[in-house]
Amino acid sequence: MNVQEPATSRTISVEINGDVYEREVDARRLLVHFIRDELELTGTHIGCDTGNCGACTVHLDGQAIKSCMLLAVQADGAKVRTVEGLAPADGELSPLQQSFSAHHALQCGYCTPGMLMSASALLEQNPRPTEEEVRTAIQGNICRCTGYVNIVEAIVSAGGKA
Amino acid sequence: MLLREVEYARPSSVEEAIQLLSAHDGARALAGGQTLVNVMKARAASPDVLVDLNRLDELRAITVRGDTLQLGAMATYTQLMASSEVDVSRPILAEVAAQIADVQVRNRGTIGGNVCSNDPTNHLPPLLVALGASMTIRGESGERTVSADAFFLGVYMTVVGEGELLLSVSVPAAANAADGFSSITVGRDGTCLANAAASLSGASVRIALGCVDAVPVLLTPTSSDESSVRQAVEDAALDPPSDVHASADYRRHLAGVCAVRAVEQARERGA
Repeated sequence: MNVQEPATSRTISVEINGDVYEREVDARRLLVHFIRDELELTGTHIGCDTGNCGACTVHLDGQAIKSCMLLAVQADGAKVRTVEGLAPADGELSPLQQSFSAHHALQCGYCTPGMLMSASALLEQNPRPTEEEVRTAIQGNICRCTGYVNIVEAIVSAGGKA
Repeated sequence: MLLREVEYARPSSVEEAIQLLSAHDGARALAGGQTLVNVMKARAASPDVLVDLNRLDELRAITVRGDTLQLGAMATYTQLMASSEVDVSRPILAEVAAQIADVQVRNRGTIGGNVCSNDPTNHLPPLLVALGASMTIRGESGERTVSADAFFLGVYMTVVGEGELLLSVSVPAAANAADGFSSITVGRDGTCLANAAASLSGASVRIALGCVDAVPVLLTPTSSDESSVRQAVEDAALDPPSDVHASADYRRHLAGVCAVRAVEQARERGA
């Protein structure tokens, strides 16, 4: 049996927003740092760094996950989507992003990338969610400005438009 | 946050994983990472080698064999919630999985990681004790099966030894089982202060309390009526911890409340 020996770094290949990146990364590097510092995709935010706030939410093979609780080496071979991958083209917004703007669903904006990724994962699985389903979907995303009402309205109203 | 330097291996078979865990001192299995990665950030755990189980699809299977529901150790909470096997053979598992943390954590967190970390505030250890589950563990010297009652040893400690791997959790299949669960948390999904699981079958009453000791506390009162349940909790002479979230007295009180609510839910379902 050919057992792969443990190593402190590995070369990984990961598809992010449709582009394939091949890099050597330290095993101890968190996915969120790889995305932000190595690839300079700084739309994904770091809030608490303890898995509570959801600001670092990205999609891993279509599922919403917190990128501060995954090692970059674990994303080898995976498809990752970050907030930069939502808009159809430069200068345009996705229907969900337009709805956030129209409903004034952000104030300081720090939680917004994570909110958008949790909401878009929901809408992909359930195109017309109820308010309760929306609230469950963003349970892992903390917003300290809005009180959530406008965020929930924005997501419900984006239902069916994605 | 920058973790301490660590070696990483990604086995492609259970045999390879066990070989890696046995061959390297300070090696630790990495399941969903929703606890381990965070405790590594805090340096509360500092494994030298991480053995990533995420490519072992054989550990993700959920199957029903005869009257046993078998849950692969790497089955995620999201999988438990969506599984038709769970739904038809022991739906309480899906209900409780849906109460764990949030969507993102449920997409990664696994049943095996939950029980092997044995955080006393986790939901699954008391639930699996109440349901009479058993755990199958494999090491280089072979495979063994341990009942949930004997699986948990202490805070963050289980019978899974160095070089061993939890393969699966088996639960008796019983679609109409009279099971119940109740928890009280800080906020809707915050730190758990007390939880209890109950399972009624014929004359047997099994209640397991979480958060009040290092391991789930199993109670088997002779009756499921409220006074018997309260008496059983009192007789257990619980000595729960006091911390910033709740005093020992308050946790003891909540243990009784959760036990009664879990049994009540179980009785309603059994009726």
